[in-house]
Amino acid sequence: MTPARGIGRLAVGFAIFGYVFLYVPLLIVIAYSFNDSRLNAEWVGFTWHWYEVLFADEQMLAAAGNSLLIGVVSSAIATVLGTLAGYAMHRWRLRLLPILVVTPIAIPEILTGVSLLLFFVVCNVSLGLVSITLAHVAFCVGFVAIVVRSRLAGMDESLTEAARDLGASPWRAFRLVTLPLIMPGVIAGALMAFTLSIDDFVITFFVAGVDATTLPLQIYSMIKIAVTPEVNAVSTLLMLLTLLLIVVAARVSPGALRGE
Amino acid sequence: MALLEIRDVTRRFGDFVAVDAVSLSIDAGEFFTLLGPSGCGKTTLLRMIAGFDQPDSGRIELDGRDMTGVPPEERNVHTVFQSYALFPHMTVAQNIAFPLRMAGCPAADVAPRVQEALDDVSLVGMDRRFPHELSGGQRQRVALARALVNRPKLLLLDEPLAALDAKLREKMQLELITLQKEIGVTFVYVTHDQEEALALSHRIAVMNKGRVEQLDQPQTIYSAPRSRFVADFIGECNLLDCTVQSSGDATLQLDVDGLGGVRATGPDTAKGRTGQRGTLALRPEKVSIARELTAADCTNRFAGKVFDYLYTGDVTLYIVEVDGGRRLEVMLPNNAVGRSSKFFEPGDAVQVGWRDDAGHFLED
Repeated sequence: MTPARGIGRLAVGFAIFGYVFLYVPLLIVIAYSFNDSRLNAEWVGFTWHWYEVLFADEQMLAAAGNSLLIGVVSSAIATVLGTLAGYAMHRWRLRLLPILVVTPIAIPEILTGVSLLLFFVVCNVSLGLVSITLAHVAFCVGFVAIVVRSRLAGMDESLTEAARDLGASPWRAFRLVTLPLIMPGVIAGALMAFTLSIDDFVITFFVAGVDATTLPLQIYSMIKIAVTPEVNAVSTLLMLLTLLLIVVAARVSPGALRGE
Repeated sequence: MALLEIRDVTRRFGDFVAVDAVSLSIDAGEFFTLLGPSGCGKTTLLRMIAGFDQPDSGRIELDGRDMTGVPPEERNVHTVFQSYALFPHMTVAQNIAFPLRMAGCPAADVAPRVQEALDDVSLVGMDRRFPHELSGGQRQRVALARALVNRPKLLLLDEPLAALDAKLREKMQLELITLQKEIGVTFVYVTHDQEEALALSHRIAVMNKGRVEQLDQPQTIYSAPRSRFVADFIGECNLLDCTVQSSGDATLQLDVDGLGGVRATGPDTAKGRTGQRGTLALRPEKVSIARELTAADCTNRFAGKVFDYLYTGDVTLYIVEVDGGRRLEVMLPNNAVGRSSKFFEPGDAVQVGWRDDAGHFLED
């Protein structure tokens, strides 16, 4: 066996180990959501029971509704702002803006959570759906901006110039040429923002206040006692939603997932 | 009155002067070429005419109107980009319709005008294709059709043929000449390819280091270059250091270093300036080579031997080492009478010679 082949086999081995580590726990969650037992210990038999429990649980449904609403609204706002920021970073060689946009991504979430809580209290914003949405917009903008900027960086500069040259105002050149061409990046950014919003726990925990609750907060409060099969069921549905989003993204913009 | 006036335009990037006090005047209907090596400032000048860049000083006037601060979309000038810059998400027809839509052309007029433009560049039937479905030459034509569809005053072309292979490039050169003649739009063409410039242009401005070295018709640029740079850049040229010995009515008597006495033409300013140093520019195709040359063929004759040769199909380029050590390039067409294969081998004793009006004296 040559050394190169040895390294090749080792790499394949590591890859298999990595995928097993990533996906087997998810498969266990899915399996146990159909397990006819209160304990996540041994397989007893198939049941839809936990899904029935889930859909009868009004608190859980309310939390899921909140999460979806916050996810849609905050990702929409973050996509618009992030696209503008990404465009600005690409178009003008600004020094401060990239730092301002990227820093929130690097700052520990716990710090963002604490500081946003203080900020809302100082500004007299009542804690609830609005404060959660604002917080989610704040940490999603940077991700969208980076995705959009990398898309712009791969675009032929002369396309925008050609649009201007052929009589388009700066705004029409952006709307008719630049925007359609960076759309895969914008959609990828929007999906990323939605996913980040749906599963954020730490920041949401700080700014949620007492009344509003989201799915991650609800799940957390439930597992404080024990991981019930109902949590497995809701996790399975969340996974399904994520998968659906990936499929939609692939359909809407075939290049987005491959970074084209 | 000239269509485009460039008055004393300068553009700097930091310490680098990209365009240095250039003044040009381009007439309506002209095919004008900016020719020079990369970094000579030709593209920067073109971008300032298009409106993508602004001069630091000087001004550009189109049709008598000062263009300072006028954005690209408000200039009656269109550009054909080196990369073509076709919008990849639009079909050929949508690409060509774009400038019409921007100009607010009535919807009913758009389709017939697009068809007309497709007809101009022989692309009828391609309207529903996307740019990625076209060949390089077809993309080039779509870019031309799009830039010409609403008849700009001026068309700027930035090395538009650089991405095509040699055969196709030649074909497109001919098409460009015909198209320009037919529609009568003024072309300003940027290229680093001297053959292309000579073939296409009415007038050429040869640029070097941000300045215009010479502005003339192609024939004059080739046969009477005004500087060593122009002579060297345009075509093949022997450049020999020399001193003026005396001058007559039509010719100068030169003393060429390592060669000896040569008679040549020169600019009027060199007349009567004995002792002046300069360069003798001598095109290889104007030099004859034979075992024995007669005075009737060539008034300037030197003996030497063949050092090396380069066979290129239609011609052979010989490098001849003249007695005294000087090397000269001599070009011999391969269709010369009685020729089947090559004539001379390295080491052969030969004579090289040329007429008095073959060499051209350049002042330093």
